Amino acid sequence: MSQQPSHVSDPSRIKVIVATDCGSTTTKAILIEEIDGVYRQTFRGEAPTTVEEPFADVTMGVVNSVTELQELSGRRLIADDGTIIRRSSPAQSDGADIYISTSSAGGGLQMMVAGVVRQMTAESAKRAALGAGAIVMDTIASNDSRRPHEQIQRIRELRPDMILLSGGTDGGDSKKVVELAELIAPAKPRPRFGNEYEMPLIYAGNKEAAPLVAKVFDGRGFDLSIVPNLRPTLEYENLGPARDRIHDVFLEHVMAHAPGYDKLMTWADAPIMPTPGAVGDILQTIAKGRGINAVGVDIGGATTDVFSVFDGTFNRTVSANLGMSYSISNVCAEATMPMVLRWVHLAGMDERELRNRVKNKMIRPTTIPQSLEALVFEQAVAREALRLAYVQHKEFATTLKGVQQQRTVGDAFSQQESGKSVVDSMRLDLLVASGGVLSHAPRMEQTAMMLIDSFEPEGFTELAKDSIFMMPHLGVLASVHPKAAMEVFERDCLILLGTCIAAKGASKAGKPCFSYRIEGSGIRETGSLSGGELKLLPLPGGAVAEATVTPERGFDLGAGPGKPITRTVRGGTVGIILDARGRSLRLPEDRDQCRRAMESWVHTLRLYA
Amino acid sequence: MAKAYTPGLKVTASARYQARRVLPISGEVLVRRGDIVEARTSVARTFLEGDATPMKVANMLGCNPKELPSLMLVAIGSAVREGDTIARSKGIFGMMKTEVKCTSSGVIESVSDTTGMVIVRGAQIPVEVRAYIDGIVAEVLAGEGVVVENTVALVQGIFGIGGETAGILRCVCSSPVEPLEESHITSVHQGAIVVGGARASAAAIRKARAVGAVAIISGGIDDQDLRDFLGYDLGVAITGSEKTGLTVIVTEGFGDIAMATRTFELLRSHEGHCASVNGATQIRAGVMRPEVVVPLSAKPALSTTTSEAIVGSATAGYLEIGTFVRVIRDPYFGLLGSVAALPEQPAVLDSGSKARVLEVKLEDGRVVTVPRANVELIES
Repeated sequence: MSQQPSHVSDPSRIKVIVATDCGSTTTKAILIEEIDGVYRQTFRGEAPTTVEEPFADVTMGVVNSVTELQELSGRRLIADDGTIIRRSSPAQSDGADIYISTSSAGGGLQMMVAGVVRQMTAESAKRAALGAGAIVMDTIASNDSRRPHEQIQRIRELRPDMILLSGGTDGGDSKKVVELAELIAPAKPRPRFGNEYEMPLIYAGNKEAAPLVAKVFDGRGFDLSIVPNLRPTLEYENLGPARDRIHDVFLEHVMAHAPGYDKLMTWADAPIMPTPGAVGDILQTIAKGRGINAVGVDIGGATTDVFSVFDGTFNRTVSANLGMSYSISNVCAEATMPMVLRWVHLAGMDERELRNRVKNKMIRPTTIPQSLEALVFEQAVAREALRLAYVQHKEFATTLKGVQQQRTVGDAFSQQESGKSVVDSMRLDLLVASGGVLSHAPRMEQTAMMLIDSFEPEGFTELAKDSIFMMPHLGVLASVHPKAAMEVFERDCLILLGTCIAAKGASKAGKPCFSYRIEGSGIRETGSLSGGELKLLPLPGGAVAEATVTPERGFDLGAGPGKPITRTVRGGTVGIILDARGRSLRLPEDRDQCRRAMESWVHTLRLYA
Repeated sequence: MAKAYTPGLKVTASARYQARRVLPISGEVLVRRGDIVEARTSVARTFLEGDATPMKVANMLGCNPKELPSLMLVAIGSAVREGDTIARSKGIFGMMKTEVKCTSSGVIESVSDTTGMVIVRGAQIPVEVRAYIDGIVAEVLAGEGVVVENTVALVQGIFGIGGETAGILRCVCSSPVEPLEESHITSVHQGAIVVGGARASAAAIRKARAVGAVAIISGGIDDQDLRDFLGYDLGVAITGSEKTGLTVIVTEGFGDIAMATRTFELLRSHEGHCASVNGATQIRAGVMRPEVVVPLSAKPALSTTTSEAIVGSATAGYLEIGTFVRVIRDPYFGLLGSVAALPEQPAVLDSGSKARVLEVKLEDGRVVTVPRANVELIES
């Protein structure tokens, strides 16, 4: 287990920080320094991750990436014995005050979860696992429509790092959750790393059933830990204890068995966190600090993670097979090719040829688009991957299901029910992008439009991107030095693209949608937009302006249908994007019409100029 | 001289190859160090626990779970057969008793007085691991398996489906640019590994399966044909467990693409030789590419020196002026050439992205600029 040295307990002594994120393919190191009383990210280094053969020692990649930091910064960070230098006083010019790290190497944290009712305790268990940064391999529930022997067979096939079992409210029925335990125990799933250690199993269900569950697993090759029920009552979800235990087990079992992590854990001054867990933490810190609702997305080669914080409620989903290289073929299969091609403004793309290109990208995932046509197509696929991932997120991020509500006759007509999505695009304040296709887009306008087209923000929404994917580093830093994490996040991590102002409602081409007046920071613009139109108003980063928008009847920009609204808007590298295409966004079904519409939007936003 | 690190696929006429053959759980190793084995020789064996069948016996009897242990007719650990009566209710005044018959054969593993569930554990499932290649047992991993070794000709493909198999190599195309068609394949190819040239047509793949060929190797395949063959669209490149009755290995990629001449000539030079193939492909962490392994020695000896490099599952090397490469992305996808220049500074691509590039002199004499990420080495 990692230690908490004196540096960590006294944040005022922390002036120089080295942080790494050990990813599946690359280990990224950053240096954070206090300069004139403010924490800034100053240098960045990276090196291939060395978890797998022939190296099989994660610390080699860490040392290589930190060595790059050392070379760039001129500050000696690696000692002769190959460890990271910790300085004993601020006067010392070498070394760092603390070293922290996150990790998703070797496939990250992989879990199986189980709960009695799929929509209730099983869903809460899944939320706990995802929130802790895990990939959920499968969710077993008494009512998941599989027969018991099929469930046992499935559990046998999985090789998770750990299992989370939940079920029943405290004091409620014990039988069902014990039944689940009786299915898991004989299945004897083997842990992913090595056969020699016992499968960690966290029980977070009905506390009165805990002794019965313990009896079922006793002597059958499981390392059982019991934590408070994650759903003690139907109306209350208590995910904290289960999440904390998942982190502990991650460190004690999973990390300890991954190559080189035993050494890395002794180096780190704070517990190593799963990368997505750290990203979730920093997003929550920011949302809480600014009092806003935020959504973050990280689109990778294999998966897309979506994080949201609405009214302080945090949710995370992993869309396991929606990615831009390893699983790009799955995106096209799930979305269908016509849905992908509606985002393409170029004519003459052959579908058979495109399908072969998709497969070639899948089998050679490190290639990059060379031609404009390839880039346009890849960004079209990205829009669909993001859209599908966000749909999945909205379906998952709901109020608790199964909660009894007292309803009046009036309520029955309002369609308010338990299990309603907490994600409300109209109340979304900040949308943050990260991941290759978004971060490395040649033009910021492309990143902004990929976000708008797939997330369909409504009303006023700030758009930003994580400059060099340092949210994981800042997430773990927030656990030891929240001020430093916050300052770096605001100054160096986020690149503000601008603000999107979009009307909710069904738009019709040529029909008035809303009028606008935007003033301040040297900008004075008035005008109106008709259905299907987009407009870009440049407003540089750091500048703010007052925007008053008046929607036509049937359109809403945040104050209600037809009601004007005034808000302060922030500029960015792109500016202010006014969107009168309607929400939900419906593109023309005719391919030629759709292509012409895309062509005009591409032209307006100068996407590929 | 400018250099850049880049991945590539192994195509080699002679290399020392090791196949690590291990059981999923501990078991018994059936061979000894120094034994000569064939591809189909069983080298290790174990037994997996049988399937567990849960039965809600208390529900079936209509009794309280607490009563179940006293109503069981067979004890925990007893063997039972499908149809055996395993529990009986007390009935009413000794009459109208309900019986529960076992739904599967095995051993009673547990009887729960909390849920009323009985678990019947089925017979153990034998698992064998075969040698995969003709060779010599170089190492015994006690209780786990063995390492089989030989000097081989090796071709790594880019993508495959289907698992391990072995057969005689039969080259049916006259050149690497000749597409593999249905007419190339006849009944004489039963049990053979059919080697084509360029893209294998859907009809050729179907015919190969119909005549009982064990594998097919070609330069390319069309995505639509693969979908038709599999019956579904492959979403992620993790393959090897398909039960299609035919292992398919593609050496270059998807679309109309010729097999690299060097690969074709190497395979053709082993016409009639016994080979082992594996279509398993995994592109994520722990990259695994499909492979064709042609053992070169019928009676290999144990390697005594370390001078002979052992082939790993992946390869990589440096780009230098003159290095042979294949372009692996449009607009020059599939074209071969040699590195003409390695500019230090990043260049702006047609897509607008900035990336490090190289200049490739193509076989037709043109010199084109491509991102370094879009080439792979062809071993010379």
